[in-house]
Amino acid sequence: MAMKRIGVFICHCGRNIAGTVDVKRVAEEIGKREDVAFSTTYVFMCSQPGQKLIEDSVKKYNLDGVVVANCSPTLHEKTMRNAAARAGLNPYRVEIANIREWAAWPHEDNPDAATRKAIRIINATIEKLKANASLEPIEVPVIRRALVIGGGVAGMQAALDIADSGIETILVEKEATIGGNMFRLSETFPTLDCPQCILTPKMNDVAAHPNIKLYTYSEVEDVEGFMGNFKVKIKKKATFVDWDKCTGCGECLRVCPAHADSEFDLKMAKRTSIYIANEQAVPLKALIDENSCIRLQFEKKVKEGKIKPKKNVKICSKCADVCEPNAIHFQNNEEIVEEEVGAIIVATGYEVMPAEAFPELGGKYPDVITSLQFERLLAPSGPTAGIPRRPSDGKVPESIAFVHCVGSRDPQNGVPYCSRICCMYTIKQAMLVKHAMHDAAVYDFYIDIRSNGKGYEEFYHRAKEEYGVNFIRGKVSKVYKVGDKYRVQGVDTLTGRIVEVDVDMVVLATAAKGSSTVKEIAKKLRIPYDEWGWLKETHLKLKPLETPVGGVFIAGAAQFIKDITDSVSQGSGAAAKVMALLSKPELEKEPLLAKVDPEICAGCGRCKDQCAYDAITIDPVRHVSVVNEALCEGCGACSANCPTTAIQVVNFKKGQVVRAIDVLAEVF
Amino acid sequence: MTEKKFDPVIVGFFCNWCTSAAADLAGTSRLHYPASIKPIRVMCSSTVDPVYLVRALQEGADATILGGCHPGDCHYITGNYKARRRVAIVKTVLKSLGFEDTRVLLEWISGSEGPKFARVMNDYTDYIKKCGPSEFKYLDSLGGEKVD
Ligand SMILES: Cc1cc2nc3c(=O)[nH]c(=O)nc-3n(C[C@H](O)[C@H](O)[C@H](O)COP(=O)(O)OP(=O)(O)OC[C@H]3O[C@@H](n4cnc5c(N)ncnc54)[C@H](O)[C@@H]3O)c2cc1C
Ligand code: SF4
Ligand code: SF4
Ligand code: FES
Repeated sequence: MAMKRIGVFICHCGRNIAGTVDVKRVAEEIGKREDVAFSTTYVFMCSQPGQKLIEDSVKKYNLDGVVVANCSPTLHEKTMRNAAARAGLNPYRVEIANIREWAAWPHEDNPDAATRKAIRIINATIEKLKANASLEPIEVPVIRRALVIGGGVAGMQAALDIADSGIETILVEKEATIGGNMFRLSETFPTLDCPQCILTPKMNDVAAHPNIKLYTYSEVEDVEGFMGNFKVKIKKKATFVDWDKCTGCGECLRVCPAHADSEFDLKMAKRTSIYIANEQAVPLKALIDENSCIRLQFEKKVKEGKIKPKKNVKICSKCADVCEPNAIHFQNNEEIVEEEVGAIIVATGYEVMPAEAFPELGGKYPDVITSLQFERLLAPSGPTAGIPRRPSDGKVPESIAFVHCVGSRDPQNGVPYCSRICCMYTIKQAMLVKHAMHDAAVYDFYIDIRSNGKGYEEFYHRAKEEYGVNFIRGKVSKVYKVGDKYRVQGVDTLTGRIVEVDVDMVVLATAAKGSSTVKEIAKKLRIPYDEWGWLKETHLKLKPLETPVGGVFIAGAAQFIKDITDSVSQGSGAAAKVMALLSKPELEKEPLLAKVDPEICAGCGRCKDQCAYDAITIDPVRHVSVVNEALCEGCGACSANCPTTAIQVVNFKKGQVVRAIDVLAEVF
Repeated sequence: MTEKKFDPVIVGFFCNWCTSAAADLAGTSRLHYPASIKPIRVMCSSTVDPVYLVRALQEGADATILGGCHPGDCHYITGNYKARRRVAIVKTVLKSLGFEDTRVLLEWISGSEGPKFARVMNDYTDYIKKCGPSEFKYLDSLGGEKVD
């Protein structure tokens, strides 16, 4: 039965709406409708008194439906539904008309048009609301397990917190060790802690925790299901080594004759073809890189028929020969495992733009490298034992130039945003160079120093005053080779003079971007991301850890580049969200799902073809369509394809939408 | 009779997960576009029955725009591919009835593309203004039937 006693509440949102939309005129206009029993305006509908106004009015006017005309439903739909429910009105009899983002703000230059549009949106919303049914949420059981994707510091923190609360947690890391980028760092600003010293205990806790199941060198292959009930396929990539047997002794590394660039050292060093990610890797296990292994390449070519093996030829098996536990089997042991979880955290971190992307800044030369690469050269456990050496000739540099904002704040050549951490780590690196080599000349080219964190500004002053780093306020325009040196050319923006320095090495603080795997993973999870690879939160201010997909959260640098402090905080924050979600035995699912009227269904199956969730079956006996509520997501694809209108999404029925369209399309 | 300036009516169907979010972002960023756009939020672009588009044109709209997630990004996995097919059908029908098929527009606008949302709304309104009012609303023979 269509509603007859609707209440309409028009929000001023301070001046956000009322500054453009004539809310009084809207209330009067809407109040003329026969089906509207009460129409009013209020300064802030989301405030306590605003909610109370709904409660009181529902009772006083015996309202059978409510429209709140305010901001986007993503913000306050729940608030308003709860208010109505407190007064005894079914929450599904409340609809939001978005007249702030969709009328007041985009048309602030035309108040009359904005007002008329607001009226139209509200009228359309009323037409839709009128035939809404009272609904109860559907209860679905919850799987009390969690998945964390990405084993950097944020993901590890999240996994540890959840596991500590007694919930089994699966941690998937694509590399052969957990630790993420933090494990690559030399020392950490602003405290100059040794990251390996503070991170290894955490890494070992993760590996030893009874509630954590760790999959390293693994990737999420596929995700199905919904909040509380996800089915996840995880691909364990081929290692060619039996990790149950491998003891991580490293004997094999000593004999392997083949080499490739080290992933962990970001090409600043070579590693053998059979390798352990780094000396403190967790888990400490060896694996073979198929692309550089002599034996595996040989076998591949034989298989492809490219070469014919001669008889009695001994092909390399040096590693296997020295492996005491017999762990190396050369067999492709790629495997897909399935796990079921109730909630997911994505903590896939960041990457930095490669130096090669900036040829004008010398990125094509071997001694012009990124800051992240330079971290490896400064790390005491790194390939140069903490005393940087030039990649080209191994010479210890006597002079180094650092360039800030490479690609950052530069939409033409990189990204429009500030990468936020570069000022601090560059200052740190300049300091560490001075530590390692007192006499080195250090030039730091910056646009402006952004040191907005606890202890950061003090850190900057230490670098200037105690360490004698030459800070030059200027933008570098060119880096080119002059003999054995690199000439850095820029403009000192304080004096307006051209500056030129000749140095042995140049370090580019290149812009940070989201993980290159993010698109793939975001698509599998159906969560949004932006063009730079950052995962998009539900609300930047108030829901920074949530995504529009229920049960999927984000944490750490995957959301946007941030320092360790903030990454760890977000890891803990997302963990708390997951724990709250999994603390209930059952979850409520929105009942806005497809429903079939068996009286008019022809059993043609056209709906079934449309459903991406296999939620529809055709009952072989009655020959009608049947929807599985646990699987249906309420997209409505089925109903748009049904020739008889038998299948429709509850409260989005065709009649409702068409009546709303009629209002929207009307010419007046 | 004085000639009134043509102020088109364009009904916009925006999917909940991408284009509605883009519309929110355009608003929050105070990007301006004409009030000719009359929006309705639908869960997915695949919810949009061809009947909705035709109905809007028949009831007075000069154009319709359907906004969904980019290919591969639909919140419901493949809804936007289904929408693409349906829009193609509607366009064919319009054409075969002798109307311009450009009065139905399909656009992929993701939740972070507030500026794109505003740009598309501006450009399309300009375009429809140039085309002039739609004749489709005068096509009586299609009307009359009630949808429930
Ligand atoms: C040059 C440089 C110096 C820095 N110095 C400091 C400093 O001194 N102090 C400080 O506070 N911060 C510093 N930072 C920042 C610091 O590195 C980050 O704050 C921190 O690493 C973020 O942690 P995270 O876990 O969010 O991401 P990450 O460290 O990037 O970890 C993400 C993890 O997820 C994994 N992953 C990615 N995609 C997938 C996938 N699809 N499936 C499975 N796993 C995946 C990655 O392999 C990685 O292990 C520095 C950054 C740079 C670039
Ligand atoms: S498309 Fe409609 S008529 Fe055909 S089986 Fe599905 S619900 Fe029944
Ligand atoms: S609304 Fe229809 S197509 Fe969409 S998930 Fe439910 S049953 Fe499948
Ligand atoms: S949800 Fe946006 S097109 Fe399907």
